[in-house]
Amino acid sequence: MAEKVISRPADENAAKGISKFDKIIEVRSVTKVFDDVTVVDDMNLSVKRGDFVTLLGPSGCGKTTLLRMIAGFTTPTRGKIFLEGKDVTMLPPHKRPINTVFQKYALFPHLNVYKNIAFGLKLKKIPDVKRDRRTGEPLVDPKTGAHIDVLRKYTKEEIDAKVNRVLKLVGLEGYGHRDTVSLSGGQQQRVAIARALVLEPKVLLLDEPLGALDLKMRKEMQFELKKMHDELGITFIYVTHDQEEALTMSDKIVVISDGVIQQMGTPKKIYDEPANAFVANFIGESNILTGEMQEDYKVRFCGADFKCEDKGFGKNEKVDLVIRPEDIFIFADGAKKGQLKGAVTEVVFKGTYYEMNVATSEYEFTVQSTDSFAVGANVELMVKPDGIHIMKKMRTVNETITAVDGENTVDFHGGSFEFVNPDGLQKGDRVKVSVAFDKIELTDDERDGVIGGNIGQSLYKGNYYQVQVYTDDDDDIYVDTADEWDVDDRVGIVIKPEDLIVTKYDEPEDVVVDGGEQTEEEDA
Amino acid sequence: MRKRAVGKGIFALPYAAVCVIFVVFPLLLVVAYAFRAPEGGFSLSTLADVFTNPSNYISLLRTIGIALLATAICLLLAYPIAFILAASPFNKIAVLALLFVIPMWMNFMLRMFALQSILSMMGIANTFAAAIIGLVYDFFPFMLLPIYTSLVNLDRSYSEAADDLGAGAVTTFLRTTLPLSVPGILSGITMVFMPCFSAYAVTDVLGNSDTTLIGRKIAVLFDLQEWEAGSALSLVLLVLVMLTMLIGTLLQRRNKAKGSASAVPNAGGRLL
Repeated sequence: MAEKVISRPADENAAKGISKFDKIIEVRSVTKVFDDVTVVDDMNLSVKRGDFVTLLGPSGCGKTTLLRMIAGFTTPTRGKIFLEGKDVTMLPPHKRPINTVFQKYALFPHLNVYKNIAFGLKLKKIPDVKRDRRTGEPLVDPKTGAHIDVLRKYTKEEIDAKVNRVLKLVGLEGYGHRDTVSLSGGQQQRVAIARALVLEPKVLLLDEPLGALDLKMRKEMQFELKKMHDELGITFIYVTHDQEEALTMSDKIVVISDGVIQQMGTPKKIYDEPANAFVANFIGESNILTGEMQEDYKVRFCGADFKCEDKGFGKNEKVDLVIRPEDIFIFADGAKKGQLKGAVTEVVFKGTYYEMNVATSEYEFTVQSTDSFAVGANVELMVKPDGIHIMKKMRTVNETITAVDGENTVDFHGGSFEFVNPDGLQKGDRVKVSVAFDKIELTDDERDGVIGGNIGQSLYKGNYYQVQVYTDDDDDIYVDTADEWDVDDRVGIVIKPEDLIVTKYDEPEDVVVDGGEQTEEEDA
Repeated sequence: MRKRAVGKGIFALPYAAVCVIFVVFPLLLVVAYAFRAPEGGFSLSTLADVFTNPSNYISLLRTIGIALLATAICLLLAYPIAFILAASPFNKIAVLALLFVIPMWMNFMLRMFALQSILSMMGIANTFAAAIIGLVYDFFPFMLLPIYTSLVNLDRSYSEAADDLGAGAVTTFLRTTLPLSVPGILSGITMVFMPCFSAYAVTDVLGNSDTTLIGRKIAVLFDLQEWEAGSALSLVLLVLVMLTMLIGTLLQRRNKAKGSASAVPNAGGRLL
């Protein structure tokens, strides 16, 4: 019985080989642990064919490690990597149709520009049919009458043509005979790109390729890289810590922090709708503060009620909210247009606009406007509903898996903390300990605390500070506090026994230990 | 300004005096004696004798041959060891590399006599092989260290780049690691070949009559107070050593001009 064929757009695309979901690279549950430090933590990522994808994050966030796993220089501790649906997790780099532009170029110093670019071409084997040695005519298998498939190397002429073409592409025609060391940084960068592109890889990996260039050169190369990407149609995976670079060049940005993907999306989406406070803080300038959802479409912060476009939060749920400096409108006092009153504390002219800090009763806003107000001037601030981006608060408790270490005491980041023990937990029991951010007290004198730590970073959240404290066992915990602490200060940590929530912990099969601990890590 | 320059110069005077008395003057004497006939007066015959008297030039050629052989063996042994030491799992333990260097801190003659005992236990003392073993044993660290240093300092990204561009392990080694470690190899060769050339004590203690080096011959001549013949041989030896150094330096420079990894510190600065 003939089946009725329903033609759908997706099918047509599939027939052409370009499905909308054509994933060229797929990273599945990949974890990488270096010397007990989890650098990449259970990442999932798929890259569409032909896209320009940027892995963006601060140094040490695991983005380079992820790139190196895709290239094959390191193998994941757990998880798999697929290239066009084929598992390549254990395949060495020279067997992957992927090429890399290294951070410091890694041009071979003993070879000139031409030979650097030809390096890969000379090794590459390409499919061909067996040919007559003299005439070059394809030979035919006398039995089957078909051509005989063989692999051959590129001829000198082919290599020559390819090298010259790619030299032209990167704007270095006539530089073939030059020594790589005699070139400028920008030129070396171009050679590195040419060397990788000449092999026509399915995916080109770029590891902070513009990091060593000066600003002007960087801008120029950004533009050229984008152009090359558009012309060649090769998938680019680009690693950078420069958010501006990511926003300008990418089709898709993957924001990574602490080995975990924080958000993926188009540059616009990531800028306009950051998924959490980290992304908002990392991408562009923003005002990040804490608010309280009154009801759907209504949020309260800085003592005033605002309309917003978000819903689905619990009544009176505390939320993080982001307001971009350009989304705040500023008026002179008395205009009766604003929702908040404040005073200007700082004005900086930025070329096409003014950037001002405005102190309100609870929060100092950064505001961008073409109108300027003098320092000290009283002003009104107004935010439209679409200027307020509301995000669920991320973690609000520190969690860690540890053990009871005495009678009614539990080990927490290297110290013995007292806790209320109604369940009669015994010494040595594995337990999960959780403490809310705002239930931890910091003391000036380290000796007043059960354990000591260093202040890592402090993020102002409107009416309190969220402080990251590095404990001496190399973990960190978060503390919400009304006090301001200086980075690198030594502090003591005190927790009331009733605020330590200790529950018995049964090890699952595959332990994913996470919680109030993201360990410091080196940029691998 | 001027006063200060003079002040600094004064501190160099004692050194200059030592140099003149113990280096320049003896050298001049060697040159003077080399161009002197035994009965006195200027003569080229003593010097010519070095190249015409078979006992002289055979001894010279033998010395060059033995030095080349010892250097070659050192290189073949040292490169793989340096490579393994510099490779990832080992590079954290510089101690291991140190083990190869520690013998250098022992008294030279002590080492030689110890080696002699071992070789006679093996029944090969006072043979040609024993002399070569002695030379290799003695100068091995000088080959190992520069190669080790050049390999350890080699940026890993070069071999990663080669791997990335499609080269397997062997190709990566032959096309990148080996050519980039040439400066280390060159400085190792110079540092082993030159002392082998004049190291007659080793071959005297461990070798036989087939391993008598030019150095021994010079010592004998001086013992017999044949100053002219001894000086002539010394001068030729000196010129040969200088030529070796010159060739080494030229090769290094050419290599550097080609842009190889920067010149390698002489005896493995990283370790010592």
